[in-house]
Amino acid sequence: MNMEKGTRMAALDQVTVKDGVEEETVEKVRSLGEKYKYGFETDIETEYAPKGLNEDIVRLISEKKNEPEWLLEWRLEAFERWKAMPEPEWAMVSFPPIDYQEQYYYAQPKSFKEKPKSLDEVDPELLRTYEKLGIPLREQMILAGVEGAKNMAPAEGRADGRKVAVDAVFDSVSVGTTFQAELKKSGVIFCSISEAVQEHPELVKQYLGSVISNRDNKYATLNAAVFSDGSFVYIPKGVRCPMELSTYFRINAENTGQFERTLIIAEEGSYVSYLEGCTAPMRDENQLHAACVELIALDDAEIKYSTVQNWYPGDENGKGGIYNFVTKRAECRGKNSKVSWTQVETGSAITWKYPSCVLKGENSQGEFYSIAIANNAQQADTGTKMIHLGKNTKSRIVSKGISAGRAQNTYRGQVSMHPKATNSRNFTQCDSLLIGSNCGAHTVPYIEVKNNTSRVEHEATTSKVDEDQLFYCRSRGLDEEQAVALVVNGFCKEVLQELPMEFAVEAQKLVAISLEGSVG
Amino acid sequence: MNIMNDQKMILAQALLDGDTPSWGQPQRQAARERFLKLGAPMRRDEYWRYTDPSKFNQPLAPIEAAVVDPEVGDSGFGETEALTLVFVNGRLRSDLSDAIDIPGLEVTRLADGIEGSWAAEKLGALEVAGQEPVARPYAALNAALAVDGLAIRVTGDVPKPIHFRYLAEGADRAVYVRHVIDLAPEAALTVLESGAGGERFNAVIEVDIGDKATFRRKRLQNEAGADQVITHLFARLGEESALRSFTLTGVAGASKLVRNEAMIWLEGDEGSAHIAGGVMGDAKAHLDNTVFIVHDALNCESRQVFKNVLADEARGVFQGKILVKEGAQKTDGYQISQSVLLGERAEFDVKPELEIYADDVACSHGSTSGALDETAMFYLRSRGVSQDVAERLLVEAFIEEAIQEIDEEGPQAEALREAMRGHVAAWMSDRTT
Repeated sequence: MNMEKGTRMAALDQVTVKDGVEEETVEKVRSLGEKYKYGFETDIETEYAPKGLNEDIVRLISEKKNEPEWLLEWRLEAFERWKAMPEPEWAMVSFPPIDYQEQYYYAQPKSFKEKPKSLDEVDPELLRTYEKLGIPLREQMILAGVEGAKNMAPAEGRADGRKVAVDAVFDSVSVGTTFQAELKKSGVIFCSISEAVQEHPELVKQYLGSVISNRDNKYATLNAAVFSDGSFVYIPKGVRCPMELSTYFRINAENTGQFERTLIIAEEGSYVSYLEGCTAPMRDENQLHAACVELIALDDAEIKYSTVQNWYPGDENGKGGIYNFVTKRAECRGKNSKVSWTQVETGSAITWKYPSCVLKGENSQGEFYSIAIANNAQQADTGTKMIHLGKNTKSRIVSKGISAGRAQNTYRGQVSMHPKATNSRNFTQCDSLLIGSNCGAHTVPYIEVKNNTSRVEHEATTSKVDEDQLFYCRSRGLDEEQAVALVVNGFCKEVLQELPMEFAVEAQKLVAISLEGSVG
Repeated sequence: MNIMNDQKMILAQALLDGDTPSWGQPQRQAARERFLKLGAPMRRDEYWRYTDPSKFNQPLAPIEAAVVDPEVGDSGFGETEALTLVFVNGRLRSDLSDAIDIPGLEVTRLADGIEGSWAAEKLGALEVAGQEPVARPYAALNAALAVDGLAIRVTGDVPKPIHFRYLAEGADRAVYVRHVIDLAPEAALTVLESGAGGERFNAVIEVDIGDKATFRRKRLQNEAGADQVITHLFARLGEESALRSFTLTGVAGASKLVRNEAMIWLEGDEGSAHIAGGVMGDAKAHLDNTVFIVHDALNCESRQVFKNVLADEARGVFQGKILVKEGAQKTDGYQISQSVLLGERAEFDVKPELEIYADDVACSHGSTSGALDETAMFYLRSRGVSQDVAERLLVEAFIEEAIQEIDEEGPQAEALREAMRGHVAAWMSDRTT
């Protein structure tokens, strides 16, 4: 289904306009009719690096990106380390060993041989792909360089004229970044990381790998060796980023891993809200997605990072799907800094992901809001780490896990109060919901308190969908599936509220779609 | 990985050195092999994440029989009336113990031989089952080296608790003691335990609780003595049966290393298992309670309540897991682990785990950690209560929630609770800061 701007915004309108209900119903029915709506493949000529992984591939990627010597060295060091590193085995997921030599590490559309100078030169087939994926239409207009995009204002549905700048990553390359010029005016740098290496090498060199070292874990180290693209954001001192920034990741090429690297730096007193979305075609074989995201918040800075992860989850029998093995970590380096992670994880055959905060600065804050849904044969092992190092630091964790079908869903988290992190606070709430008797919901928190002035509170519950609530919904004429979707949406409310508006609407629908076929 | 396994085996081999008694040879031999195969735990093992087992891995010869009898002091359980069975250096001393002559209670000594008895079959059975899904190697080591212990069979409702008292003379050795208990349907038994002799004290209880039977265990780990304590409780519960376990841990001024493990299986419908502990640590004490409860039947209930007071540089550890197997519907699993950190350098590490494969369940866990409630403290101080007394009152109230888990009715239970309160008060006045 095309999550086109028109439909999407119509859905958004209903939040304020009551008579839009009908259209939403239509859309809901349509969306329920299809399993995974982003499973199409773009027929586009792709250029691959040779299959397999060796030093030459690492060199080739670096060369393609015209990287400076230090970065190549960094990659090679990571590659050397990676060879000797064991696979992490502690997560409650099972899959056959990954054959790292049986996949491609670099794939780009042929038309990118000469990188398009402007978005006008981008292959229209690529732009259509993003249109089909529902990247807001107006940005499409901007992407394609069409004048008069502003005339589309009603479809935007945003009276306040809020804009979202998009960096679109297709396999191993960034297709284009919108609103760059406008962002530049306020000093914000938003571009692909490859571009940043060329244009702002000093910033990249200073911060790349400073939060996730190139020896962190097997997948992060692999990423350090072969990362191909990703987004780079720099918000200068005192700047409140004038619009939301977002990156859309798309895997298209077969047998290809995607290894993107995102780096966000918020200077003193700045603010940015960043959104991330991702999808992939339906294929029978598993594909590896091993990304790294590093966030750095300096004094008084705030970063809000939201993800809607909807990689292809595989079919009902667990065939195919993305292995989403991602390392995401934020460092609140400055005093009073704040990082907030919000994630809606509905896709991927296997999710292995722990967006974390290292709270170094005094009074810094970390937040983690998560919804993880696993249906059919999906496996999710996700959670967070809140490492309190500075005084008066605060963290809050709200995790909602939903298991259905034969899926296994694990919350895994760590809260650590170091001896010097005096007067710190943590509150953790993790709730799990089970739908059906063949799935599993697991909670594995680690809590370490090493000083006596901090307070840590942890609560976890596991239960089934409440019969009374279901009965009430059914008695009001909802069918069973709708009733479950409504109850689950209520269960997730605390997290959905944290998402930016347009994401929240989409996420609510995604929750319903992901649970399709889980009852009855 | 292989290097680690080799190291584990080498350590295990060293721990097995020494003479062992002649009774129970087939079981002993199997246990030796089991222990070698599992290897000694190491810090890198996930199950030993918060407690470094290297002290437990230092070879220490099993203790000889005592030459001089140690003094048998106060029971520690106050006015609770019990039949006392005294173990000196891990060996039952009938001359120091009460005679047992109660209908429905059959107590035999393992060192007298178990060949051909019911115990031959039961001894080690639950421990072997308890090696999955997480290895508990020191329980296998205990099976290989135990010098003595009891085989207890209960067929009726035993009116008086029996009290196992562990004493030792000569402190530089390891004491291994084990018991196997079998409760027939509708039987009931209360066991009291206290004392820990030697340098290292390793005790295992395996208890098979029949349908509608009740097993209660109250344990005191508050006597001087062994610097290292490692204990295991393996319990299987039948239909409508009940397990109640309470332990008070903490010796003021002693930097003890304690690891208490419990492995519980709820195998019959409507079973109920409660494990509770009051934990008091000071100096450099390291006190670890590790509980694993398996729900494998309908309508069962489990409850874990652990309250830790940690002063000075003490470290408290709680690892509690609830595993609900497929089909174990209507499970009610509850767990709470809390700590009050009195010392600036005290530490509390918790891993409360839920692993759930059935949908019609209500499971929850909670954990909190922090200093004493400032508002409560302020209130008491504003009423003219001194800092010391206010602290004591608040700590006693905090631990009381664990003591309340001693939930049987009647004067006997109140005597037990009162005795526990006395130990808490004594610890509060003697603790290091």
